[in-house]
Amino acid sequence: MSAEPILSVRDLVVEFRTEHGVVRAVDRVSFDVFPNETVGLVGESGCGKTVTGLAILGLIPSPPGRIASGSIRLAGRELVGLPESELRQLRGRDMAMVFQEPMTALNPVFTVGNQMMDILRRYKGLSRSQARAAAIELLAKVGIPAPAQRIDEYPHQLSGGMRQRVVIAMALSCDPKLIVADEPTTALDVTTQAQVLEQIVRLQQEFRMAMVLVTHDLGVVAETCQRALVMYCGRVAEQADIGPLFAHPRHPYTAGLLRSLPRVGEAEKQDLAVIPGMVPDLLDLPAGCRFAERCPRRDARCDGELPDLDGDAASPARVACFHPL
Amino acid sequence: MTPLLEVRNLKKHFPVRGGLLRRIVAQVRAVDGVSFTLEVGKTLGLVGESGCGKSTLGRAILQLQRPTSGEVLLQGTELTTLDRKRLHAMRRSMQIIFQDPYASLSPRRTVAQTIREPLEVHGIGTPAEREQRVEELLGVVGMRTAVLDRYPHEFSGGQRQRIGIARALALDPKLIVADEPVSALDVSVRAQVLNLIARLQREMGIAFLFISHDLSVVEHVSDQVGVMYLGRIVELAPARELYRQPRHPYTEALLSAVPVPDPTRKARRIVLGGDVPSPMNPPPGCPFHLRCPKVMDICRSVPPPVVEVGAGGASHQVACHLHA
Repeated sequence: MSAEPILSVRDLVVEFRTEHGVVRAVDRVSFDVFPNETVGLVGESGCGKTVTGLAILGLIPSPPGRIASGSIRLAGRELVGLPESELRQLRGRDMAMVFQEPMTALNPVFTVGNQMMDILRRYKGLSRSQARAAAIELLAKVGIPAPAQRIDEYPHQLSGGMRQRVVIAMALSCDPKLIVADEPTTALDVTTQAQVLEQIVRLQQEFRMAMVLVTHDLGVVAETCQRALVMYCGRVAEQADIGPLFAHPRHPYTAGLLRSLPRVGEAEKQDLAVIPGMVPDLLDLPAGCRFAERCPRRDARCDGELPDLDGDAASPARVACFHPL
Repeated sequence: MTPLLEVRNLKKHFPVRGGLLRRIVAQVRAVDGVSFTLEVGKTLGLVGESGCGKSTLGRAILQLQRPTSGEVLLQGTELTTLDRKRLHAMRRSMQIIFQDPYASLSPRRTVAQTIREPLEVHGIGTPAEREQRVEELLGVVGMRTAVLDRYPHEFSGGQRQRIGIARALALDPKLIVADEPVSALDVSVRAQVLNLIARLQREMGIAFLFISHDLSVVEHVSDQVGVMYLGRIVELAPARELYRQPRHPYTEALLSAVPVPDPTRKARRIVLGGDVPSPMNPPPGCPFHLRCPKVMDICRSVPPPVVEVGAGGASHQVACHLHA
């Protein structure tokens, strides 16, 4: 990978205060995202993937949450510790987020056009008519038919897939350096998901953006990302380029996840491989490796010691396991 | 041999009221003429996108929502005309598992109370026998009896779904309608629950109507698969055959849209234009013709007949003019 990373996360720790104690939702996560690259954050509920995404944009609700330590640099600029007013300027202009549910990002009482023009005028200083023309162009770019008519519609008049396209158009409106997309197609039907994913990949290449894609769906990762981080209980279990990650997973958790997926076209009616047990409670974590209890390769060391990722941030592939495959 | 379940031209329409007098101004044709049979101990998977009517179909079969017309025969007994009392008795044979294990269990009932309830409602066994049955059922779904006095909030999603399954099994049903039973679960837990369902079927001979939007899950559990679009089954075939040789253009597109967890296999994707039309105002002719990449003139006006395209004995039905 060439040049400087757009996004550089180092030893990020995010904690939430709860009734029952402090939960460390993200525990020393480090990764880089380069221009024109999509990096997946993948894992099951509670693994910290969404919180990592929110932390990048400075959107951790505080209290109860806080970035306890670590660094997040966007194009070289440290974001951790920036005052909210500066973060707000960066969000929208330099980085944008696409959420799972498009209605959380759209205001139901304003037309699509009003909301888009608002952003374009505020961040790009366009006039009303310029902003309207730019908004129509963006809507066309994300594949909305008849954008000149659609622009005057309200969000409830659009289907789920169309709404998510509008949100993507809004995220793109200021040519951000980085987009964080959190389960952007999870709420959509499979044929609509295919449309939106195709659009995302095309736009990411066209705008040469850096993108962080948060998802639980390994199929979506395989089709859209160049690299991925597999997270478990707040930590990175493994990170690698997509090819090797799926062909030769090194962490037993990654391998287990891939084996437990039913796949279209491989219909043998036999039992799926199972990862026994369940994800431990973040308030009651084991002392050693967090996956040890469910791991077929566990030994005494795994119970006593917490494995860190091997290599350093520049390594192409890293795994946090004493007995990798 | 009579099939366990036979559904004939089943329809469920919901009236839409509007205007000052709340007159019926339209009908949502949620299920619009569905027919199929399900043999003892087999699984029929129903796939389709949101709003295609698959959940309504499940509920209409169980008479949780009374169908508008059509017939549902369970072990030869026609359900749609049964009175409440006779239907109540039939409910022993048919149960449902819901998607959301958080919403389908009462937060104020312990595990033991939850699983015991159907036995009490149907007056089965003495209290001591019920206790024993509850413990036995917990074992069947792979839970320890130590959890009997705990409440649903103390469990993870996968465990709650096991409790829901144990409750559904309490009356020894012949048919279970499973409505998106693993959609709310994480991948690693989903496999555990799918394997449990497969084992129950093998060991207890229960037939499942397995409703899901997830094509890979449906393929994994089903003997036969029906693909629904706008309230109708557009293709119905043995699972393997449907996935290997889809005949309906919608099935083809649906299958090609599934993201594959294998970066070396670049999907040849058929991307459909547009959105699913409203079931309130389905298009004339074939319900899929507005989005169909292979649309012909006839599709715009004439509803396609159901055609048998199966070879070698196994039935493979498709409702498409291409094969008529």
